[in-house]
Amino acid sequence: MAVTTNNYGTKVWARRTSAKQNAIWLGWFSGTALFVYCWQQINVATTWAFVWDAPRIAGDLVSRAVPPRWSYINELWLPIWDTLNIATLGTLLALFMAVPVAFLAANNTTPSKLLIRPIALLIIVSSRSINSLIWALLLVAIIGPGMFAGTIAIALRSIGFVAKLLYEAIEEIDENQVEAITATGASRLQVLVYGIVPQIMPAFAGITVFRWDINIRESTVLGLVGAGGIGLQMQANLNVLAWNQVSTILFVILIAVIISEWVSAKVRGAII
Amino acid sequence: MSVATSKPLGAARRWKKPPFIKRPLLRWGLILGALIYLVLATASIEVNWLRVYEGLDRGWRFVLAFSQPDFISRWTDIREGMIESLVMTVASTVVGIAISVPIGLGAARNIAPLPVYLICRGIITVSRALHEIIVAILMVAIFGFGPLAGFITLSFATIGFLAKLLAEDIEDTDKSQAEAIKSTGGSWLQWINYGIQPQVMPRLIGLSMYRLDINFRESAILGLVGAGGIGATLNTAFDRYEFDTAAAIIITIIVIVMAAEYSSGVIRARMQ
Amino acid sequence: MLQIKQLLKRYPTGDLALQRVDMAIPKGQVVALIGPSGAGKSTLIRCVNRLVEPTSGQVILNDRELTKLNSNALRVARRRMGMIFQEYALVERLTVMENVLAGQLGYVGFWRSFLRKFPQSSIDEAFRLLDRVGLEEMIDKRADELSGGQRQRVGIARALIQDPELLLVDEPTASLDPKTSRQIMRLICELCEERNLAAIINIHDVALAQMFVQRVIGLRLGEIVYDGPPTGLQPDVLTEIYGEEDWQATIEKVDEEDEEEAAAAAVAVAVVVEEGVGS
Repeated sequence: MAVTTNNYGTKVWARRTSAKQNAIWLGWFSGTALFVYCWQQINVATTWAFVWDAPRIAGDLVSRAVPPRWSYINELWLPIWDTLNIATLGTLLALFMAVPVAFLAANNTTPSKLLIRPIALLIIVSSRSINSLIWALLLVAIIGPGMFAGTIAIALRSIGFVAKLLYEAIEEIDENQVEAITATGASRLQVLVYGIVPQIMPAFAGITVFRWDINIRESTVLGLVGAGGIGLQMQANLNVLAWNQVSTILFVILIAVIISEWVSAKVRGAII
Repeated sequence: MSVATSKPLGAARRWKKPPFIKRPLLRWGLILGALIYLVLATASIEVNWLRVYEGLDRGWRFVLAFSQPDFISRWTDIREGMIESLVMTVASTVVGIAISVPIGLGAARNIAPLPVYLICRGIITVSRALHEIIVAILMVAIFGFGPLAGFITLSFATIGFLAKLLAEDIEDTDKSQAEAIKSTGGSWLQWINYGIQPQVMPRLIGLSMYRLDINFRESAILGLVGAGGIGATLNTAFDRYEFDTAAAIIITIIVIVMAAEYSSGVIRARMQ
Repeated sequence: MLQIKQLLKRYPTGDLALQRVDMAIPKGQVVALIGPSGAGKSTLIRCVNRLVEPTSGQVILNDRELTKLNSNALRVARRRMGMIFQEYALVERLTVMENVLAGQLGYVGFWRSFLRKFPQSSIDEAFRLLDRVGLEEMIDKRADELSGGQRQRVGIARALIQDPELLLVDEPTASLDPKTSRQIMRLICELCEERNLAAIINIHDVALAQMFVQRVIGLRLGEIVYDGPPTGLQPDVLTEIYGEEDWQATIEKVDEEDEEEAAAAAVAVAVVVEEGVGS
């Protein structure tokens, strides 16, 4: 906000001072320039002849994919069950590792801010930065293809997510309650169990269900790199261009994800 | 008081923590069900321990690779892949935001009419249910290999994330502020601009920064299916067991994610 | 029983919260600590049980120097000092009973407390205290379902189950309405008398302090500026503690209310005594 007086002595109101306005213009300008540059890069790397052909190809794809081959669903029950198990067991496994990491990372519970907290934060950021598909790729290379690699991949990716949200919840607790338990002469562990854990329980449950929901979605594609679940069927059908079976799989995935999202929203609603 | 007085003096009154679920049948049923599920789910994962044992050696080599990552031998590939990832990230985030805002407005029940609401929610649901990699496969099939497919994929994924959260945020806005603006007789656009926008702007900026971060992490896997970015180089590195190159790529990703998180934290703090 | 010698606290920000405070409190004496916000009242009682580490000086409870104890010995010492808080500081998601039993944490091992298997004697005592503060019906309610006055009663029971010799009470009535405030103050003072406990009560409300305690200490900018009976709180004294203001009205109001209050108190005590006998 800026109020200035012009040559005629009238007060003039403008939303911002001119210096601030100029800075904002500069910001927009450089942002636009960056976007144009990025677009240019994509432009150069694209064969536009293919793109102009896209509507025809898309039409062709749709005509092969529709109608989906519904009878194929009967072969998908087992892969769906596997996908569910990868997500659930992966989430459970992640919880076991994420909880201690979260307590080590939170400012108010970490045993050492200089030594242990940075290590915990590094674990969190590494786990979060690497997509579960990359974890899966890595684990398939190390321990061979299969659901086991997928489960571990989901777990490794989830540690960072759960630990980050959980340690933020720990840092937001009401310190008065902790102080009151400390004043009774309780030991450190007792303060943790009586003063801190009850306060973060709802957040913990919410985060768990939230991540489980995300993991259902993630585990549908792990099969593309050989780590089990319904993605394996998708990869197989893509290889033989059986588009009407691919569309059946996509439909099943869509339903599964919508159901898991609904369950997760219900559970979180019940907790809060 | 009568409870207290009617108790005979000195009689031991027992106390047990009241159970979380009051009905014993439901409680034990849930516990039993969870146990059965866990056993079945664990049984569905076949672990070839011999293969895992052999893999440990390779896993250890991978861990060691982090102590001496090899940036040199494939430097050109890494550099070009990273730039392509960043380019896709920036372009798709900008376009994604631009499309998300109108869809987010349309998906907020308190400002959109029902038909618009249903269409926008439908778009959001499909975008959220399909994993990026699945969308990328379809886009590559339609538009051909290259960053354009990745760019479209990430833009589409951004809509599901940003429009949903924006819509929820708009639904949570303070009704009285919006009403006050409406009562001044402004048009619909003025009403959005003065009554809604100031309330959701800080969060929209925060979410956009967050999505930029997510898009970068996702762009790292799109290369697996030929949609541009660093993923292709990473995949090749794993296929050839060049763990030192893979480590170099992963370290680069982590560093960029950390830098992005740090700078978005700074920007968000200044926006408040 | 409690001796504080040359207690000094300087916060890392450089603020001097306590400037070489000396005081001694004999067994069974209830002391009100008054003073404006920022005078160091909270810091003082937190330095006694070392929730805040004093910078220098001594705190001696029954010939034991608290400021020198290691963390285990400190926990043992803390068991004998019950603390009652301004915003109750109950663990809101635990039940009333669990909150009261939390006062026993210093006496039982980790696994017993983790599994909620407290000794029967503790549970008996918890029941007795909950009866005494009038919450016998609320035992399995969660703490966040209670009203302010009820929560503070749970806070009192939690402090007393520690079997303390000294109560540290931090603004017990600041979040309560005037009537509940009096009931809570009365309850605390009665319990101190019953158990011959010493207590330091931080309190904003001068009138309320005068009504219930035998001794008042006035703190200003980390220094004791008044130490004596509540009747000595004349306008000039209050001015010294709080600064310039028309104090006459406050004091007169207290006198009037005292008479009404005395009558009401007599009835209330009679009721409580009956209850006490009954249980």
